[in-house]
Amino acid sequence: MAEAPVVINEENFRRIKSSLAQLCVACRARVVFLVDRDGQPIAFHGDIGDMDTTSFSSLAAGNVAATSSMAKLIGEDEFPAVVHEGERESIFISVIGRSLLVVVFDERSTLSLVKLRTKKVSFEVAKILEDIAYSSANQSLNETSFFAEITDDDIDSLFT
Amino acid sequence: MTFINYASREINCKIVYYGPGLCGKTTNLQYIYDSTAPQAKGKLISLATETDRTLFFDFMPLELGTVRGFKTRFHLYTVPGQVYYDASRKLILKGVDGVVFVADSQEERMDANIESLYNLEENLQSQGFDLMKIPYVLQLNKRDLPNVIPVDELTAELQKKGEPVFDAVATEGDGVFDTLKAVAKQVLTELRKG
Repeated sequence: MAEAPVVINEENFRRIKSSLAQLCVACRARVVFLVDRDGQPIAFHGDIGDMDTTSFSSLAAGNVAATSSMAKLIGEDEFPAVVHEGERESIFISVIGRSLLVVVFDERSTLSLVKLRTKKVSFEVAKILEDIAYSSANQSLNETSFFAEITDDDIDSLFT
Repeated sequence: MTFINYASREINCKIVYYGPGLCGKTTNLQYIYDSTAPQAKGKLISLATETDRTLFFDFMPLELGTVRGFKTRFHLYTVPGQVYYDASRKLILKGVDGVVFVADSQEERMDANIESLYNLEENLQSQGFDLMKIPYVLQLNKRDLPNVIPVDELTAELQKKGEPVFDAVATEGDGVFDTLKAVAKQVLTELRKG
């Protein structure tokens, strides 16, 4: 079967949002994302304009997956961070376990500031992700029963 | 892997379209994209070569509606079919919730189907999955072409575990949504089991 689902409750989501907001301000970023390594967007904070955040997350994960495989080919375990510098906008991606902290920034910030601040916040985010993994593995019956109540009709209704 | 967010009341799942080169994986996604209302889909991202062959993956997010107040969003991916892109295929299978195997029904592509199916099993295993246990659907594509193998024969050769099998002509959209619906239903049913 597929892997067990990751369940993010309100409290952990609030903690993530708060860490992202703090990081966004601290490194004067345009927007900060937390993305799962498989490409699922978890949360973001900042100015996304008309950016397609779902596609952005998927591509960030694909990017890290490709560079991690390249790292292995040259004898590295992985690259803990990936940077893309553009003329106006740049992207810094930091790998935290099975998640990615992605910072989009412009000339109002610098790569060294982003690196420094991201490192600090990444410990906090890692702790929250640990808590999410723990609570996902130990969901209470109350939480899982919601999905047990989904009927065939509920599922069919998605396609009508 | 499925993501359930109680705060934003969202369920996110990942479905991968697998199969040999030029079997119609991207065409499936393109048809879904073209036939879906703008508010239900994101952009269709294609990381393709200059000749429009998939280089890394195609991707589109698709929102199907709500189940008991939770928005269900499916992230649809295709893999590059050509044999030498195996490293990319492995990466895309990470965290998969359901797989569609798109077979090319033409006689001359039978070996390619078998090789790709074997490759799928191997790559799933390398990511810790078992094809026999994961939500899975078989699509027999290109049924409109003249030199196709009969459905019974193709099914007998490619069906792995009694999974749903759909005839398709992806260029016309035949069987495309039936396939998607079958795999999405299996993924949600799996979620229900907990």
